[in-house]
Amino acid sequence: MVTVEFAPTLRRHVDCAPQLVAPGALREVLEAALLAAPELAHYVFDDQRAVRKHVAVFVNRQMVRDRGVLNQPLAAGDRVLVVQALSGG
Amino acid sequence: MQTLLLATRKGLFVLHGAGTDWSIAAHHFPGEPVTAVLADARDGAWTAALRLGHFGVKLHRSTDRGQTWQEVAAPAFPPKPTEGPWADDTTPWSVDLIWALAAGGPDQPGTLWAGCIPAGLFRSDDAGASWSLNTPLWEQPGRRDWMGGGYDHAGIHSIVVDPRDSRHVTLAVSCGGVWQTRDGGESWTLTASGMKADYLPPENADDGNAQDPHCMVQCAANPDVLWLQHHCGIYHSDDGGQRWIGITAPVPSGFGFAVACDPHNPQRAWFVPAQTDACRIPVDGRMVVNRTDDGGARFQTFSSGLPQRHAYHLVYRHGLDVSADGQTLAMASTTGGLWISADAGEHWTVVSNDLPPVAMLRFV
Repeated sequence: MVTVEFAPTLRRHVDCAPQLVAPGALREVLEAALLAAPELAHYVFDDQRAVRKHVAVFVNRQMVRDRGVLNQPLAAGDRVLVVQALSGG
Repeated sequence: MQTLLLATRKGLFVLHGAGTDWSIAAHHFPGEPVTAVLADARDGAWTAALRLGHFGVKLHRSTDRGQTWQEVAAPAFPPKPTEGPWADDTTPWSVDLIWALAAGGPDQPGTLWAGCIPAGLFRSDDAGASWSLNTPLWEQPGRRDWMGGGYDHAGIHSIVVDPRDSRHVTLAVSCGGVWQTRDGGESWTLTASGMKADYLPPENADDGNAQDPHCMVQCAANPDVLWLQHHCGIYHSDDGGQRWIGITAPVPSGFGFAVACDPHNPQRAWFVPAQTDACRIPVDGRMVVNRTDDGGARFQTFSSGLPQRHAYHLVYRHGLDVSADGQTLAMASTTGGLWISADAGEHWTVVSNDLPPVAMLRFV
């Protein structure tokens, strides 16, 4: 299984415990994890279902540059972390 | 006792007061940018639009005057088409900012309008539980030529619903002119005749679709009367926007963002002048409010109670409002000043100099 965890900065808006979901493409993994908290999806994705530009997705500590296609394959044991990027004032 | 809502860069403030004695009673969403707020006279509900720096636009709704809030759906664009005339649209199909919130008519309980950047108009018929993009406006061909006016993309900042006919809605686009529907949004007509854009080549100055209204308001007692602060001056219409009359620039300036009009007297409106397009500060560092009582023929300039030396406040487009009594005004700036007038703008009292940048204020 793949572990998907959302950072506290996201969970303060919509709570979501770490999720264990089936391996697959990154988009499939994220969408499956967000089934546990559908209201959180609009925080992670924009209207076109791309990762928001001030949200960062890491796979096994490596930041994912792709925000739209998200077809990176994930295997059992991989860990996905969704955090907020640094921005604002 | 009256209530005033302030949408600011760092949260929503609720103020209570009477006359010139006002104080902050509550602070909601501390630290979060609030770009618009609506106090719905039909059911008493408050709706606040947030623009979270990382996580996009959100809407929250309270039915108990802010005691509790519930997040409701936020307007969102449908998937951008991959073929057809809009496949190459260079405007992002993603809401960046909710710039205007308006209630439908009394015969439309639950209907809300939201104007956004990019310039999508959204409608909810279930008090914000769901929203749909108004495609007739979004897909009218002229939309391709709309331009951002201070933002990267065009936006809808003013929405007025005709109290005589809820299907008649007038909105202002920066930069895209003034548009009206008389069939509840099924079709739209550009109604910016008479406006001139001096920022365009002279042969394009009359192009209604390129005008930059900064803010537009409607007189409740005579909805055919509209007042509009434009990028290039002040305009007035007494025929529902079919023809706009340019008003001779008052002293000290015809430039500005905010406008409010008397809900009872169609001849009276207030403006907050700034120096010029290129210098958005009060003229000579003196903050003033202009009022006309005769439809724009003449103006009086009021400064009592306002800072008159080294004042650099800018009152943004939604930073001025008049209460239903036509006498109480509130004004707030992008540098955190808030003033109240209890005598139709002739004298002002400072409430705070220390607020966050104020995007919008509205009397409940």
